[in-house]
This record gives sequence, structure tokens and C-alpha cells, in this order.
Amino acid sequence: MNFRRKWAAALAAALAGALALTACGSDIESSSSSASQAPCGTVNIAVNPWVGYEADAAVVAHVLETKLGCTVELKNLTEEVSWQGFASGTIDVILENWGHDDLKQKYIEQQNVAVEVGQTGNKGIIGWYVPPWLAEEYPDITEYKNLNKYAAQFKTTESGGKGQLLDGDPSYVTNDEALVKNLDLNFKVVYAGSENALIEAFRTAEEQRKFLIGYFYEPQWFLSEIPLVHVSLPAYSEGCDADPAAVACDYAPYDLDKIARKAFMESGSPAVTVIKNFSWTNDDQNAVAKDIADKMSYDDAAKKWVDAHPDQVAAWLATS
Amino acid sequence: MTTATVAAGSVPWWRRVTRPWIVAGILVAWVVLGTLLRGRDTMALATQDTTPLHNSLTDVRNWVDSHRATAPLFSGVLDTIRTGVGSLTSALQDLISQPSFDRPVPLIGWLGVVVLATFGAYALGNLRVAILTAAGFVAVGLLGLWQESMDTLALTVAAVLLSLVIGIPLGVYVALSPTAERLVTPVLDTMQAMPTLVYLAPLTLFFLIGPPAAVIATLIYAMPPVVRLTALGIRQVNAAALEASRSLGATRWQLLRTVQLPMAKRTIVVGINQTTMAAFSMVMIAALIAGPGLGQTVLQGLSALDVGRAFTAGLAIVILAIVLDRVTTAASERAETTYRAGVNEQTRRTRRLILAGGGALTAIALYLSYSYYWASTFPGPKRGGVIGFTVDDAVNSATDWARHTLHPVTDAITKVVTYGLINPLQALIAESPWYLVCAVVLALTWTLAGERSLIVASVCLALLLASGLWESSMVTLTSVLVATIIVVVVGVAVGVVLAHSPRVDTVIRPELDAAQVLPAFVYLVPFVGLFGPTRLTAIIAAVVFALPVVIKIVVDGIRAVPPATVEAGIASGSSRWQIITKVQLPQSRNALALGANQGLIYVLSVVVIGGLVGAGALGYLVVAGFSQSELFGKGLAAGAAIVVLGILLDRVTQAAARRAQDREHRLTKQRQRSKWGFQ
Repeated sequence: MNFRRKWAAALAAALAGALALTACGSDIESSSSSASQAPCGTVNIAVNPWVGYEADAAVVAHVLETKLGCTVELKNLTEEVSWQGFASGTIDVILENWGHDDLKQKYIEQQNVAVEVGQTGNKGIIGWYVPPWLAEEYPDITEYKNLNKYAAQFKTTESGGKGQLLDGDPSYVTNDEALVKNLDLNFKVVYAGSENALIEAFRTAEEQRKFLIGYFYEPQWFLSEIPLVHVSLPAYSEGCDADPAAVACDYAPYDLDKIARKAFMESGSPAVTVIKNFSWTNDDQNAVAKDIADKMSYDDAAKKWVDAHPDQVAAWLATS
Repeated sequence: MTTATVAAGSVPWWRRVTRPWIVAGILVAWVVLGTLLRGRDTMALATQDTTPLHNSLTDVRNWVDSHRATAPLFSGVLDTIRTGVGSLTSALQDLISQPSFDRPVPLIGWLGVVVLATFGAYALGNLRVAILTAAGFVAVGLLGLWQESMDTLALTVAAVLLSLVIGIPLGVYVALSPTAERLVTPVLDTMQAMPTLVYLAPLTLFFLIGPPAAVIATLIYAMPPVVRLTALGIRQVNAAALEASRSLGATRWQLLRTVQLPMAKRTIVVGINQTTMAAFSMVMIAALIAGPGLGQTVLQGLSALDVGRAFTAGLAIVILAIVLDRVTTAASERAETTYRAGVNEQTRRTRRLILAGGGALTAIALYLSYSYYWASTFPGPKRGGVIGFTVDDAVNSATDWARHTLHPVTDAITKVVTYGLINPLQALIAESPWYLVCAVVLALTWTLAGERSLIVASVCLALLLASGLWESSMVTLTSVLVATIIVVVVGVAVGVVLAHSPRVDTVIRPELDAAQVLPAFVYLVPFVGLFGPTRLTAIIAAVVFALPVVIKIVVDGIRAVPPATVEAGIASGSSRWQIITKVQLPQSRNALALGANQGLIYVLSVVVIGGLVGAGALGYLVVAGFSQSELFGKGLAAGAAIVVLGILLDRVTQAAARRAQDREHRLTKQRQRSKWGFQ
């Protein structure tokens, strides 16, 4: 009994002490009272699975957070799934959209939940690439017509006796299977699964002088590490890719653009201006992407670029 | 003449051809005909090509999308569900993970959560799990994953709460009404057997993407255990106790409330444990449809091939899962002990006192974490935390080292296994004409599983043909078979070792538990690095995922062999190897069959994920259908094909195992009889 009373007393003393300690008030204030301009709230940015896009997202998020006091939610999603987020309100903005005219038709025209907010300034190229050593040793390999000649060398365990054409993430924009079929190439498309798996494969192929041909794209920082060589396909002409099953021409050149949720753009959030104005070059993106690929945090990589380009950032923030 | 030869002599010759010979004959015929007819009628379909069935499924989706705003089913019913689930989830997030109410931080900061969770673990369980809880929560904070972990926790709690609210009443109903049981059981089977990746596409069709859809996906997978175990618990209630209460004039409701539910409490809590664990294993899948939390970090690691980051997040998942598992297990044990025996007055008072003190401390911690940054945001850098990057880097340099030094070895392994096993098998299964494969499957089913399984097998084969994805299904089947063979061989070998040395077992078992919790995605990352984007990578990931279950089942099976039988073997001078092969393994045949069956199902669920890393076939189609709108219908059909394949393999292997068991029974009896006949 005595023992228990002692315990109770000790406990009471501890409680009293703790309460005394806490009596001096809180140091957390509500964010709206401390911010000087209009409250920004939360901005949900989709992050599609390639590092160039991550660079866009990192820099925009950094600017929104540090200059406007927004809370930014980055959501890792594939391209088409991100668009679905406009309908559910889960996603406010896609920062680097590659074409997707069918989705524009569906979400902008039909459902009226999304809007175009201009170009990012980045020029996108999709195509087939080979490691530089291969192009040097076999110069004619960069013509699609000559690929069949080398098909046997491109064989792997996965390509079922044909040459292997390595593709990236299953969600990427690709016509490669149709191209292989319609151009009568003795190749089979194999999916590496991710951008980094592609990069790793190209790097190994260059180091060990192995045959490899694969899907790749610009802007991509890796091209400055190893300048992959573009393989020419039949030239692109307007509409030659209209029927996905009958495509027999190169990929269209893309002007990458930004798409946002309509209600978000009309919300009056100060973030809207930055998202409208955001624009930079392929070199800018590659610089930030390289840092991210080298495992720098989004925040540090973005800060590095933002600190080096104050005028450009100021232009994004300017309400015209 | 002995009785045995008389019996044999009266049997016609075709009866004497034994089953192994029939199976061998079928296989030889398959190889011969398959080689002759190779490449004919394989029903191959190029990835971008679709059948009318696929197109009409895609049309359904487009119709739904364009009528989403107007059709009452969507704007009314489904949207209400979505909003309801969404507000529950975001309320929980506001509480522990996301900035809320105009504050830069959630209502309860890390200190509050840690103390509250520890207190809860003590109140529901015991001191040991309370300490484990505190350590676990602090550990994920030190890894720099506090907010992600809390998001995951909020999502899991939301899904578990909803599962219980729906699942427990449903379980009671199922226990009381045989009709309900007949209706509900197959639905539960499907909910659990369907690979989770498969129902993401249809789910987002109705509930779009975002946290609510993630919670609903989790709910579908996690609810079955609590329904089943609630029903089981109630059915197990002692008939005498029921009769006694009934004779005292208790109404049905009183009976349920005062007798059945209290007596079933322990079983129900076991169900809650299993539901929680199932919910937790969905963290990854939820990330694919914009569910926040640790899954996002793993996904990032996967797309950047950053093994360290994926591993750290995987570690946090394992830690939280172990905490949840031990706490709910301790809670069920407490339910058991308090029910069985009244605890003595003294201990109860001490406990009450500690609870009161703990409650007060919790209140203070909650207040502190509400008011002060130091108690709200976990100390350490936002990214990487105190030790997160150290762990990241250690893992990354280890894998980099492995990748560079082991490359020649892994390359050689890939070539040997692919050219030696996977490709020939795939040529046989996927490049034989469809009618030949169907005939072989039916013949094998008949021989091994009996006539009754023929119906299931025929229906499944017909559905696979109708899906328009026959060839892809056969390629996937090949990977599944290869992985299952490896799982069973390795699982039995390891299981035998563990069963023989309890010391090794105690060391390895926690790793097995952890491996089961670790999301399969986490395995993929290092294996892609080692084996490249190949079918073998998916197969290895599947093997690693399925092994723990198989090993556990095998160990339990061998342990269950009566010691007397083993003793008898030793006494008669058998070597250790003979004991294992002639006594223990044959005696634990049931466990082995169960292990093979479970291994198969686990393998199938991961092979789908292999679609993300070059494994192609059905898994790739599911993933592509989910992320490319024109392939939606095809992806849906591929998902259905996976389920059908699973049902086919499951039913046939189960029937075959049952049959083998019955036959073994008969044979032993016969042998005993003829032995007595001799004497």
C-alpha cells in the first residue's frame, strides 16, 4: 500500500513538472496568419517516371515552397494515370506532357476538367538509339533499313531468336511494336521497365562493346555522358502516326507542354502564375536532372539551379 | 499362390499401367507432337493488337468516362462512397501526417504519436509490445521516413476500420445463415486470390485515382480474413453453452451479444490481425493509384533503380508491419487470458494505476506535439533523416559492388537457366498448337486429379481461349511453372534443414516473417540490377517472395511427423538421409502438397509484377492496360486471364493432392492387409 502511494506521488510530481514546462505556450503558428500574401494552400504535382520530369517538378516545387509558401505534394504516377487525377481532383498540374492528343480530347474537350497552360520550352525527341561505339564500327547501322543485317547480333535471352529492341517503362509513349512489324524488321520489343534500366543497359553496352538498340529520348542528361547515336526511321509527316497499328514512320517532334486542372487554375492561388510562366531550355532541365540522377535531393538540386538563375525565376513569379 | 498375385492377375492389363507411366506417356506425346506442330495455331496476338472483346471493354470504359458527371450511379452512389472514404482518410491524415487546419504541421506530431501508440500497445497488449512499438516508431523516424510512414499508417487504419465495420457484421451473418455462407465464400475466395494489380484498372474506372481509391483497393484485399474468422469464431461456440442460454429464454440477439460474440472474441481478434497485415501489404499497390506513403518512396526507388532508397522504405514497411502484427497478436492473447481466467486483484490494480499514469503522460505528449516544433516534426533532416542516407549508401555500395563483380556470374546464370529451362519449356507450352496444350492439360487433369476436375479445367481453358490472350497466358504459365519448381525444390531443402536444427530455425524465422511482409516490388529492384530486364528476374523475385511460406509449411509438416516413427527408423539402422527421404518427407506429403499449392499462388501474384521489368506476357498487358487508354480492355482481359490461370492451377493441384492422399491411405491399408495375408 505504502509502495503504491509513493508511486502515485512520484507520478503526480512528474505530471506537475511536465505541465509547468508546457505552460509557456506554443511555438507553432497557423500558416495563414504568418504569410504576407494570399494563402497558397496545397499544390498537387504529378511526377511521371523519368528524371527530366523530376527536374521540372523539383524546381517548380522549390519555387512554390520557398517563394510563395505553398505546400507541394509530389505524386509519382504514370502519364495517363496522372490525367485521371484531373477528374478526381488528386492532381493539379502535369508539368511535362508528351503529346497525348487523345487525352486532351477526353479531359479538356469532353470532360472539361483540364486546361492547357502553355509550353515548357523543352523540345522532345523520341527515337531509336545505339551506343556510340556501334555507330563508329558499323556506320550503316544508323539506317533502319540495315538493321535486319545485324539482327542476329542483337539477340538476347529474351528476344526469342530475333534481335532485341529495348523499350523503357510500359507506360511510355511508344509505337515500337507496330514499327517493327510494319517495317518488316526481324526484331522483338523487350521492356526494360524503367528509364534507369534503359540507361544502365546503354552504359553496359558502351563499356563492354555489346550490341544494343533501344528506345530513348531527349531531353535526357545521359546523352551528355554517353552521346547515343540516333537511328533514322522513315521521316515523320503530319498524320502518319494516326492509326497506331499502321505506323511506319518516325516519332513526331514534340513541343512539351503543361496541363493543369481547370478548377485549380481558376482558384486564384498564387501558384497559378508560376505554373503558367514556367519555361526553360533542354540544357536547364538536363543540368538539374543530372544532379538528381547523381542522388542529390530534389530540394538541393533545385536550389542550386534557382540560385544560379535569379532573373529567370523572377520572371516566373511576375504577374503580368 | 499368394493373395497379392491373385489380385494382380484378375486386373486387366490396362489397369496395371501405373499413373507415373501414364503421365510420362502424355508428356512424351506432347513433346513429339509439339515439335512436329511447333508454331502452328498458337493464337499469338501482337501487343498493340486487340480483339473485338478487348475493344468492347475499352468502349465500356470510354462510356463510363463520358457519363461520369451525368449518370446517377456515378455522380450519386459511387461519388458518395468516394467522398465518404476520402474524408475519413484525410481526417486521419490531418491528425498524424499532413499539415492541417492552416497549420504547417499535423495535429499530432511525432512525440504524440509515439507515446500514444506505445500506450495503446500497453493497454491492448503488454509491456513487451509497448517497448517494441516505441522502438519501431522511433526507428522509422530516424530513417527519415516519418511523414511517409504516418501517411501509410493513416491509409491502413482507414482501410482496417472500414473492413471491421463491414466485415464483422458480415461474418456474424455468414455464421448464422448457411445461404449467406454459400453466397459469400466464393466472393471472398476471389477477393483474396485475384492479384491486386489486376483490379486496379476496373477500380479506378469507378473510383478514379487518389487516396479513396487506394483505401477501397486495400479494403477489398484485406476484408476477407476478418469475415472468415468472425464466422469461424461464432460457429465454434460451444453448443452446450448456447443450449443452456437458450433454455434460459435468451433471445437470438441476447444470445449473440452475451454468449457468441464474447466467446468468439479471440478468433475475431486473430481475424483483425490478419486483416491488418493484409491491409499493410497493399501499401505498394496503393501507391500506383496516388495513394500517399511509403509505397511512393519504393516506387521512386524502382524507377530510379535506387536500391538503397527502395530498401530503406521497405525496411520502414517491415518495421511497422512487425509492430502492428505483434501488437494485434498480443491483443488477441490478452483477450484469451482475460476470458479464460480472472486476473488477480493485485495485478489488476497495479495495471490500472499504470494505465492512468500512462494516460496522463499521453495527454501531455499529445499537447506538446500539438504546440511545439521539436515535438511535432521528427528531428533530423527532412530527406534522409538521421540515419536514412547512411543505410541508403551502405545498401547502394553493396549492390553496386555486387553488380560489378557478379555480373559475369549472373550473366552466365541467366543464360543457362533461360536457354536450358525457360526457353525450351516456353517453346513446348506457348508454341504448341492450342488444341494440343488443351488436350495435354485435360489428360493430365484426368490422370492426376480425377474426372470431377475435368469440368473446372475445361471451363478455365475455354475462358483463356475466349480472352484472346492464349499465347500470353501460356508464356506466363511457363514462368509460373519454372518459379514453382524452384520454390518447391529450394523450399523443401531449406525446410528439411530448419526442421532438423531448431537453433538455425530460431535465427532464420524472423527473417522469413520479414521477407513475407516486404513488398514484392522491393525485391525487384536489386534483381533487375543483377539479372537485367528478363523473365528470370521476375521468376527470382517470385521465388524469393514465395519461399518463406513454403519453408514454413514444410518445417511444420516435418515437425508433425510422430517422433516414434523417426525413432523406429533410427533403431532399424537407417542413415540420416534415409530418414529424411524414406520417412519424414513421405510422411509429410500433405504439407508438401499444401506448400506446392501455396507456392504456386504466391508465385502467380508476383509474376504479374514482373510485367514491370521485362517479363512481358499477361503481367505486362495488365500494367500497360492500366497506363495506356487504348489497351484498357486488353489489360482487363489479361487480368481476368491471370485469375482464370490461378483458379485452374489451384483447383487441379488441390484435387491431385487430395487424390494422392486418398490413394496413399488405400495403399497403406492394402499393404497392411496383404502383409497380414502372408502371415
